[in-house]
Amino acid sequence: MDVFWLVLTVLGLAVLGYWLGRTRALRSVAGDSRYLHSLPSYYGTNVALMTLVPAFFVMIAWLLIQPLIINDTVADMIPERAAQGAGELSLVMSDVRRVAAGLDAAVEQGALTEEEAASIRAEFTDIRARLGEIGVALGQEVSASTLRAAQVYRSMTASGSFWMSVVVLLLAGGGFATALMRTDKDFRARNVVESGVLAILFLAASIAILTTLGIVLSLIFNTVEFFRLYPIDDFFFGLTWSPSFGGGSELGVIPLLWGTFYISLIALAVAVPIGLFSAVYLSEYAPKPVRAFAKPLLEVLAGIPTIVYGLFALLTVGPFLQSVFGDDTVGWMQSASSVMTAGLVMGIMLIPFVSSLSDDIINAVPQAMRDGSYGLGATQSETVRQVILPAALPGIVGAILLAASRAIGETMIVVFGAGAAARLSLNPFEAMTTVTAKIVSQLTGDADFSSPEVLVAFALGMTLFVITLCLNVLALYIVRKYREQYE
Amino acid sequence: MTDATAPAPAAPAAGGKRRSLLEVDERTRRRNAAEARFRLYGIVAISVGLLFLLLLLGSILFNGLSAFQQTFVQVPVYLDPERLDPEGNRDPEEMRGVTTFGYKPLLNEAVYEKVQSLGIETPLPEPAMAPLLSDGAATTVRSFVLENPDRLGETVEFDLLASSRVDGYFKGRVTRDSIARDRFIDAAHLDLADAMNEAGTMGKQFNLSFITGTDASDNRPEQAGMGVSMIGSFFMMLVVLILALPIGVAASIYLEEFAPQNRITDFIEVNISNLAAVPSIVFGILGLAVFIQFMHLPQSAPLVGGLVLTLMTLPTIIISTRASLKAVPPSIRDAALGVGASKMQSVFHHVLPLAMPGILTGTIIGLAQALGETAPLLLIGMVGFIASNYPDGVAAGFLDPNSAMPAQIYEWAKRADPAFYERAWGGIIVLLAFLMTMNIIAIILRRRFERRW
Repeated sequence: MDVFWLVLTVLGLAVLGYWLGRTRALRSVAGDSRYLHSLPSYYGTNVALMTLVPAFFVMIAWLLIQPLIINDTVADMIPERAAQGAGELSLVMSDVRRVAAGLDAAVEQGALTEEEAASIRAEFTDIRARLGEIGVALGQEVSASTLRAAQVYRSMTASGSFWMSVVVLLLAGGGFATALMRTDKDFRARNVVESGVLAILFLAASIAILTTLGIVLSLIFNTVEFFRLYPIDDFFFGLTWSPSFGGGSELGVIPLLWGTFYISLIALAVAVPIGLFSAVYLSEYAPKPVRAFAKPLLEVLAGIPTIVYGLFALLTVGPFLQSVFGDDTVGWMQSASSVMTAGLVMGIMLIPFVSSLSDDIINAVPQAMRDGSYGLGATQSETVRQVILPAALPGIVGAILLAASRAIGETMIVVFGAGAAARLSLNPFEAMTTVTAKIVSQLTGDADFSSPEVLVAFALGMTLFVITLCLNVLALYIVRKYREQYE
Repeated sequence: MTDATAPAPAAPAAGGKRRSLLEVDERTRRRNAAEARFRLYGIVAISVGLLFLLLLLGSILFNGLSAFQQTFVQVPVYLDPERLDPEGNRDPEEMRGVTTFGYKPLLNEAVYEKVQSLGIETPLPEPAMAPLLSDGAATTVRSFVLENPDRLGETVEFDLLASSRVDGYFKGRVTRDSIARDRFIDAAHLDLADAMNEAGTMGKQFNLSFITGTDASDNRPEQAGMGVSMIGSFFMMLVVLILALPIGVAASIYLEEFAPQNRITDFIEVNISNLAAVPSIVFGILGLAVFIQFMHLPQSAPLVGGLVLTLMTLPTIIISTRASLKAVPPSIRDAALGVGASKMQSVFHHVLPLAMPGILTGTIIGLAQALGETAPLLLIGMVGFIASNYPDGVAAGFLDPNSAMPAQIYEWAKRADPAFYERAWGGIIVLLAFLMTMNIIAIILRRRFERRW
């Protein structure tokens, strides 16, 4: 049975269960709900939940696990010589899946009968041509073992989904029946329903843990795989980045890290003074109307998607910088994309991060400290520089660290603005590249997860994740600690 | 913490002469100047920030508005039955045998005749009319013929797309200098285009197909549109809304109302605040590894994009939902508990409805953030192909490869022909229009329903 119809059936059963549970509870007290332990709707909800929740959990688990088991079984059938190494195997497996999908399409269109699809042999039939007739294009000839694997794959998938339907329907029916049997005027339906709902709420909250776990696991597995193919020292200490898919790549991370930090540094050099002075002016000096007008406008900068900044860097800022510093004038800048281009545009993007966070922190400094300073005869700017900023400093440092972590993780601006060549250079007008830009370039397109050139992206992602995580934890710690100081 | 500002209390000035308070002395003047300077720095900083905003928006509008206009050529085309329906049966199936290639000479003739009838002198022969028209023009005429086979033999007035170079010429992107080495078009074509423009048979019109149309291949920038990627974004946002809103609200209710003070709760909270700051590209890696490499969901599918963006938006939604749950005063809960509601009932019947406007505002802002996100979509393969088909049906909308608005903009910005840059800027205008609408809705919701307690 189709998953869609299965879901619909279970849902229908749940609705029916709600109604039956409610009616049954009311009938047990002859229609007088005062004698029930809980409100009538709780009896209905109890039946509905008992029908839905176990069935859906099993279904989701089944859908996740079934492909893994089938893949394992089918992978075992593929002869050794066709599949040396993990990458070859995944290629063969995707062939198998494509052939299986082709057979499905053939059966659906009536070009093959179900029996034929299960029994044709590559030795006797030209599968590629027959599938080609009905519009399923296959890249290469189908080998006998691939075809047999595809047939097993199909039959396992079919029986898998059959058994899943059976189990899910049994569970739904079982839950339905049990809950309905228990429905009675003394049954504590509200308590049961509420503890069930609480469990669901808890599960929703733990998705955050699952996500982190997913990120960490997916990074670690592939990174370990990468370090099996490529020496770990060369990655962390290598000074050259020159991937070539033909082999013999040099994948040193140092040039990428240098590009990342250089660009982030320029971005912060733009964003921190502008953001900080804006925050000080807005919170200490600006008259109300100016504040009401300028603050939201500055925050618009934070709401603009990064792809827009990327295009702005590529097509507006880059050419402008080149016309100022390019070959026509001083000759510092060879191409429109450079560290300066990306850094400047990223700095613009970060202004609102620095300014709103600092604004909050400056506002959190108690008024009494300002009043004390004014009372001693300090001017407003002296108060800001010598009382407010020192008091707010830790928070501001936290805000800058958060902005730095943003800058390091930023992707679209550097993809468009920074260039593609990995370089170790001090000239800010030269094109360099960053960790994020290289993750994109190594992973975009049809990736096969076996070559070090692709897997390196995961190691880069891991590096990026660890760096930003440390910055974030540090920043959150500082901000939290010093926010409490004045509360 | 406050260092002494003045180095020493101002000693009576030399000579023992007492100065008036009304007279500003040197030090006060210096301090006042410093004050004015400091204030000026603030004003300069804000002005620079606003100037950047202005420049950004200005360059978007300046570069992008032209994408909404396109050059069209109005020509009467004689639909020659001899060539378009050689069998003479008026059977659309047979007429499909004539490809767009067969239509091109017909269009060249039509343009040439129009030029002659307008009395424009041109050194160009008839076949050289081709560079004026888009490759898509023949498709337009062909689909018209296949839909109305009985109009063969008539002369029908068409609005045909001009080629991207002619279009670029009218928009100032292509100049006579820049085409000097162009092998598709030369100066005579541009003279002709100028003359036709004066005669009113060629000119810029509003181009609806940029908003509703499909993407086009590398050599037909004049045909490319946003429509399909908009549908892709729509399905992605649907996935995000369906998953992130209930999960986010449930998680926030648990953390804000029920969670005991213990390690697990702490761990969840730390996780959420960290996830909010993880770079978006890392979520792309997660999506690639878990949904595509591990679970074998289809690449480039809006479903996968939606799942990745859901995980990315969840922290935002949870944080804002918790804030609005916290804003509901405890007296509401106490009153509900006082009249005999259970804890769960007080939350679901009283607190949650009161917090709803805040939750919706946060959700819309989270959705807007997800709508503009590009980096994770690059990794799950929503770029690198031409989104040229509308999905047929809802299931296909979720599962068939599609693009999304930001991915489409990325795609255009990466193409070689500068004519696509104009499309990319135009796409940004469309994207920003969506984001602005969503944010305005969020602001209105907040203004309208927010309660101060």
